[in-house]
Amino acid sequence: MSETLLIAHGRVVDPARGVDGALDVLIEDGKVRAVAPNLLREGRYDRVLDASGMVVAPGLVDMHVHFREPGREADETIATGSAAAVRGGFTSVAVMPNTEPAVDDQADAEFQVLQGKRAGKARIYPIGAVTRERKGEALSEMDGLVRGGAVAFSDDGDPVRSAEVMRCALLYAKMLGRVVIQHAEDPDLAKNGAMHAGLVSLMLGLSGKSAASEEVMVARDITLASITGGRLHIAHCSTAGSVDLVRQAKRRGLKVTCEACPHHFSLTDHAVCSFDPNFKMNPPLRTQQDLEALVEGLLDGTIDAIASDHAPHSREKKEVEFQDAPNGVIGLETMVPVSVTKLLVERGMKVARLIELLSTGPARILGLPAGTLAPGAPADVAVLDLETPYTIEPRFRSRSSNCPFVGWQVRGRAMWTVVGGRVVYDRAAEDT
Amino acid sequence: MTASAPAAAREDRPHVAWTRKDLLGLRELTREELLALLDTAKGFAEISTRSIRKVPTLRGRVVVNLFFEPSTRTRLSFSLAAQRLSADVLDFGKEGSSTSKGETLVDTARNIEAMGVDLFVVRHAAPGAAAVLARHLQASVINAGDGSHEHPTQALLDCYTIRERLGRLEGLHVAIVGDIGHSRVARSNIWALQKLGAKVTVVGPPTLVPAAFTQLGVSVCHDLDAVLPEVDVLNMLRIQRERGGGGLNFPSVEEYSRLFGLTQRRLERARKDVVIMHPGPLNRGVEIAPEVADGPNSVILQQVSAGLAVRMAALFLCSLARSKSEAAEEGA
Repeated sequence: MSETLLIAHGRVVDPARGVDGALDVLIEDGKVRAVAPNLLREGRYDRVLDASGMVVAPGLVDMHVHFREPGREADETIATGSAAAVRGGFTSVAVMPNTEPAVDDQADAEFQVLQGKRAGKARIYPIGAVTRERKGEALSEMDGLVRGGAVAFSDDGDPVRSAEVMRCALLYAKMLGRVVIQHAEDPDLAKNGAMHAGLVSLMLGLSGKSAASEEVMVARDITLASITGGRLHIAHCSTAGSVDLVRQAKRRGLKVTCEACPHHFSLTDHAVCSFDPNFKMNPPLRTQQDLEALVEGLLDGTIDAIASDHAPHSREKKEVEFQDAPNGVIGLETMVPVSVTKLLVERGMKVARLIELLSTGPARILGLPAGTLAPGAPADVAVLDLETPYTIEPRFRSRSSNCPFVGWQVRGRAMWTVVGGRVVYDRAAEDT
Repeated sequence: MTASAPAAAREDRPHVAWTRKDLLGLRELTREELLALLDTAKGFAEISTRSIRKVPTLRGRVVVNLFFEPSTRTRLSFSLAAQRLSADVLDFGKEGSSTSKGETLVDTARNIEAMGVDLFVVRHAAPGAAAVLARHLQASVINAGDGSHEHPTQALLDCYTIRERLGRLEGLHVAIVGDIGHSRVARSNIWALQKLGAKVTVVGPPTLVPAAFTQLGVSVCHDLDAVLPEVDVLNMLRIQRERGGGGLNFPSVEEYSRLFGLTQRRLERARKDVVIMHPGPLNRGVEIAPEVADGPNSVILQQVSAGLAVRMAALFLCSLARSKSEAAEEGA
């Protein structure tokens, strides 16, 4: 006996197929069976979700999260991270390998996949380390990582510093049909600065990371992508210059993609005047001009994905002097509201473009079976309320609460999240 | 003669423009607040000339010096200032950041506050350390230097000294020479001097004096000899030897000294009455030649004396503002 689930009365937005309209979604055996109008009257279903006034989108994909397992389970685990993901509307997440130890071989990747299955919420896709132990020296067994379930490679948290190592990684990953995700930062120029190097850092006396420290690495890697023909993805693009470099690379037809994080297109370095470590991340919050360039890139297609860079740190790790605090903020549970508020409401972005950035785009970069509601596709669905205003409360499914958006008045949140035909998040159940 | 608060600082006198319980930096202060501090300091300076150099203004209050960085002069100056106001003074000194010691800065301060402390004087290597404490404590917090961010009482004593020597600040041209980028003294001076009507030029090699400083309203110059004839005041900052000598900020102390050290010969290019300042401690022969430091244009020791009056004013005003706001809360 197969279970049937109908998501009725919603506005189905499926950018992968150019679908946007009042349609019902029928799910059977964990797959999308049909997307058509008025299915409710035509049959009997085991369960019906009434999505009136809501957007029914392919399950959201976050291609950049840190779930800290193995090694730092006090900050987050794959189970708690998965719970945060589905609360945010995310059905697939790609976890960065800067764990302890780093995910640099097949067994490590398999462990994360297994933990994801045990958690039973979102689909967990490991990203394998580019280099062994993320040391930036010898390549990891990249094919072994793929066999273990890895979908991309990155030494995120740190850049692949050596140009020659990066060149070889791009070549080898190309053979495997995978993308190399670069944390673009020149460590010499960045000098471990605590924030963006600009007027605010000058006033506060905090050491700064210049925009150039990111841009020289983006420029270098675009050149390497060009000579290797490899696929390069720039993680957490934060400066106007980086967006521009990627735009030019795309015009030249290079296989270069990039992502932007909600905090970078909604906050600037002025937030650091509070010395609150929840405004400390890497790359740092930049200037209004950079923020505008990111929004433009999100609107015009230069930026391919929105990613959270979800980076949990327990309270005691974060509540220290700003310059000593670790980098990073959580983001899975605030990505939809911040994106909806800042891009849809304030900048007039189309819903279909937003869903592309939150689902179809990242799924395509990583080659995931996600990002569409095409019949036959895995039934991963996010039912989103984009209208009702509310306030972001400091209560998270994530094990950490280092969030820069607490208290914000926003719109947009997941009402139901469905993974493989199973309702793994129900907002109504949260209120009771 | 009885020991009492000077006229300018008496509690019964309606007080000028000061409502802050904390003194964290000079960037957020208005011109009126800066003048209130300087005028109050002027009143307190008179106490140092009395036979009994003590007033009962802060009797029963407890001031703690919370110093996470080594300091001699600032710490002694605050201690003496507090004692002259009859406060009880506690000393807490510990090097290193709280993260390496297992207890957070806020926890340390809260524990001390629980002993009944009214005023914290905080020196810390992290920018924002005093501001963060002020948010977490009921007690007053005075920033005695937080990383490269601010050192408000140092800049106030610099302004005080200039005003005493030249009678005004309005319209003067002050050059600050040295490692501006890493200097809390430079930042606090930039905020205060400009609000009080002086023109500021920061001088040093571009590796130590980023061009971005022009965005704070000051002029940036990399040629000391060019600015010498134009300035009324030269504030020579201490060069951290560890920042040079094979490093990237400047190639060597010798070369720095050749380009930016204030020698007697170089001084001849300046006005006869140019005022020479230095926040100490001196690197004689590096940023300033001994004969210049000890010469007739130097007010380096007057700066130290002024520091006492300025710190008495800061302790007094912050303590008074806190008592007033507490009284208002109790009344409400």
